[in-house]
Amino acid sequence: MEKKVVIELQDVRRDFIVGEETVHALRGVSFKIYEGEFVTIMGTSGSGKSTLLNQLGCLDTPTSGEYILDGTPVRKMSKSQRAKLRNRKIGFVFQNYNLLPKTTAVENVELPLMYNTRYNSRQRREAAVKALQAVGLGDRLEHKSNQMSGGQMQRVAIARALVNDPAVILADEATGNLDTHTSFEMLVLFQKLHAEGRTIIFVTHNPEIAQYSSRNIMLRDGKIREDTQNPHILSAAEALANLPKNNDE
Amino acid sequence: MSFLNLMKVAIRAIAANKFRSFLSMLGIIIGVAAVIIMMAIGQGSKESVRQNIQQMGTNVLTIRPGADRRGGVRRDPSEMQTLKPIDYETILKEKKFVTYVSPEVTASGQAIYGANNTTTSLYGEGIDYFDIKQWPVIKGEEFTEEDIRKSAKVCVVGKTIIDELFPDGAEPVGKMIRFKSIPFRIVGVLKPKGYNSWGMDQDNVIIAPYTTVMKRLLAQTYYSNIVCSAITEEMSNDAIDELTQILRTTHKLKDDQEDDFTIRSQQEMMETMTSTMDTITIILVVAAAFSLLVAGIGIMNIMLVSVTERTKEIGLRMSVGARGIDISNQFLIESIMISITGGIIGVIVGWTGTYVCELFALPTSIPLWSIIVSFAVCTVIGVGFGYFPAQKAANMDPIEAIRYE
Repeated sequence: MEKKVVIELQDVRRDFIVGEETVHALRGVSFKIYEGEFVTIMGTSGSGKSTLLNQLGCLDTPTSGEYILDGTPVRKMSKSQRAKLRNRKIGFVFQNYNLLPKTTAVENVELPLMYNTRYNSRQRREAAVKALQAVGLGDRLEHKSNQMSGGQMQRVAIARALVNDPAVILADEATGNLDTHTSFEMLVLFQKLHAEGRTIIFVTHNPEIAQYSSRNIMLRDGKIREDTQNPHILSAAEALANLPKNNDE
Repeated sequence: MSFLNLMKVAIRAIAANKFRSFLSMLGIIIGVAAVIIMMAIGQGSKESVRQNIQQMGTNVLTIRPGADRRGGVRRDPSEMQTLKPIDYETILKEKKFVTYVSPEVTASGQAIYGANNTTTSLYGEGIDYFDIKQWPVIKGEEFTEEDIRKSAKVCVVGKTIIDELFPDGAEPVGKMIRFKSIPFRIVGVLKPKGYNSWGMDQDNVIIAPYTTVMKRLLAQTYYSNIVCSAITEEMSNDAIDELTQILRTTHKLKDDQEDDFTIRSQQEMMETMTSTMDTITIILVVAAAFSLLVAGIGIMNIMLVSVTERTKEIGLRMSVGARGIDISNQFLIESIMISITGGIIGVIVGWTGTYVCELFALPTSIPLWSIIVSFAVCTVIGVGFGYFPAQKAANMDPIEAIRYE
């Protein structure tokens, strides 16, 4: 059975004009990502991975080419239309969590649904609680963001990315701020979500992470250098178990 | 985002920076309180002037000799002698819109009784005068038609005269007082009126028959004024037309000649007075309103700081699906809430301030519309001065905003 295409890039180019010069951040990138894939996008800084992430997240539009997200062409969309699209189809996980300060876990997770008029306050809360339980924070619903550890905050952020049941989860260096132990905890969580059938795109410069994903796209100078399936996906849970215990806290 | 949620977010943002929010509210509080107090004082003074004039009767018309000339034009003395007995008699005969008529002559000088004396004004009046001014005699009697015919040396006096000339509390009615060496017998005492709004003691007055004053005191054949009353306040203008017609006829004025007399209604006087008060009120309120403008700029300033400070939050909200309008609404509602809360506190402070002014014997009256206007102005300030910061927030690029440090 043919798998559903969630993301399709057709010769996407993105140019920035810096002063007199034109910088070609993306020089014709094409790929398809199918439902249920766990893709890492790797590249050194300046390789265009941030620009690509912005394209995938509908925060930006291509200069030329087309990006089709879950069947919707994005390039010609207005800012408001893209905001709505992000709200319904994308879950973001950022490197530095980006939780609202002095706000409880549940309220943080509810945030995307606040911009979706189809949810009333009871449905919002139900969905937020469910998402928090899915990331293992069912017992910390009312904790405020400043009372949590980095790992807990990132779990809240992941719950926030899950709450709108997105077509794709976009993680931007989601383990970059965490120590090794907590990073593996996050990877365990991402693998669990992958196992549940979620589509995940994980942007990172850390090659280690690629071993835990199902597919790896390497960028260099705005072009795809490598696009490989990973035949031997390592288990993050096993790696976590093998870590020395005193690494954390 | 729904309005209720926007409100919640705004309340949270304000509560997160209580002191800062309070400081930016302070401008609004002071501005609104100032506007309300100024309006209350203005309105209060206006009402007290109006009441004073109303006491004198709003349907009173005063005919003065001479054309209506204002400014520093010096008048020919002959011009001041145009009101003659023939005018009075004709008015009496032909009046339709006028109820009461009284000629008036005035003199000032000293009134003496025994060892006491006081400087006062002597008004020579007809018997209608008491009806025109609605000024009853509370002790003794008014002088009569007979007294006028005979130029009798009788008078009624105001309370101040009694206080000055009879300090021991003796019974004044029946006593003889002298004014410029002419003896007058007191036949009545007028009801006290007190001071009028421009500080004149209305009770420092002696009223005698106009004939007596003209013949025995001033030796003149013309009147200083003629005082009339229209049937009602509304008929004042008809009465003025009628009197103008009568006087132009008796004065034998040709069509192209100006009136050689001036008719003033009390209503007109009230309008002049209240319009003066209005001008003062407007100046005060405008001054206070400027402080509201400054307060608005203060709010804009704080909102701009708040927007910059929360760039990251804005970036996050945008990346999870907030549209520009959601962000701009969020900040607009915040600035409206600051200004309206400030407005409410300002109204309370204004009320208290007005009450304090009243304790210091300033006449005040809070017009309800001043409160409504204050609220409207606060909302306008909230929207007006919140708009630019809100737009700034809404137009942020989510990519840059989310990475802002």
